[in-house]
Amino acid sequence: MDAKLWLDPLIGGIFIGLASSVMLAFNGRIAGISGIIGQSLTKINPMNYWRYAFLGGLVFGGAMLNAFRPEFFEFQIHLGWAEAIIGGLLVGYGTQMGSGCTSGHGVCGLPRFSTRSMLATALFMTSAIVFVGVRTIFFS
Amino acid sequence: MHLLTSFISGLIFAIGLSVSGMVNPQKVIGFLNIFGDWDPSLAFVMGGAVLFNFVFFRMILKRESTLLKTDFSMPVRKAVDKNLVFGSILFGIGWGMFGICPGPGLVNLFRFDPKILVFVLAMMVGMVLFRKTQKQ
Repeated sequence: MDAKLWLDPLIGGIFIGLASSVMLAFNGRIAGISGIIGQSLTKINPMNYWRYAFLGGLVFGGAMLNAFRPEFFEFQIHLGWAEAIIGGLLVGYGTQMGSGCTSGHGVCGLPRFSTRSMLATALFMTSAIVFVGVRTIFFS
Repeated sequence: MHLLTSFISGLIFAIGLSVSGMVNPQKVIGFLNIFGDWDPSLAFVMGGAVLFNFVFFRMILKRESTLLKTDFSMPVRKAVDKNLVFGSILFGIGWGMFGICPGPGLVNLFRFDPKILVFVLAMMVGMVLFRKTQKQ
């Protein structure tokens, strides 16, 4: 494989690892993004301030990187409104029901060999691959 | 101080998600499309992040307390239950449908793309919906 293809994903992955290690080392928390968003949607509470700060960093980080390196955001979204709405509902509902997403279960759970996270990651990877596969094979 | 470190963690996370390509739904769906025109490059994202944390989580968790002298707050549940199984399956379907998971949804907000905004709004509605059903 061409180095350009995997180098950016690898560098990005290391940054994601660094970010979640910073969260654990300083805040003693798992950087599980769906959980942090879900908890932040409850009543405003000083116990949630670290969550607001993290989410602020996440949103601001995208805007900041775009100012210096816009090439990472040079893509268009070709998907439809139905995918945006139904996909959003499923991602929101599913991550709260399953207590985590790619970051909490994947990035933070797998390196701890958490049984729950290993199973969750295997399941969401499988259902995502099956969904995309069925869609590609039968509907395109 | 813990708010600043949390903000910085979010900032670094956003850079990672963007540089890796996880913010691009076409790229994510290409990675999930193993039965079609498969683009395996995003495997290096999870691989890099998990390997990094495998080394550093171990070092960090050997400490009695965090670098800010506070206690660790780790997940305590160990048992696998129905919610974990069905919730994860539903999340995967949604992720495969729009190619965006929660983090990249927020990182993409600055673009003010109407479909991203609708996705993030629907995601928040889905989150509140599940929490409401649990309270009853």
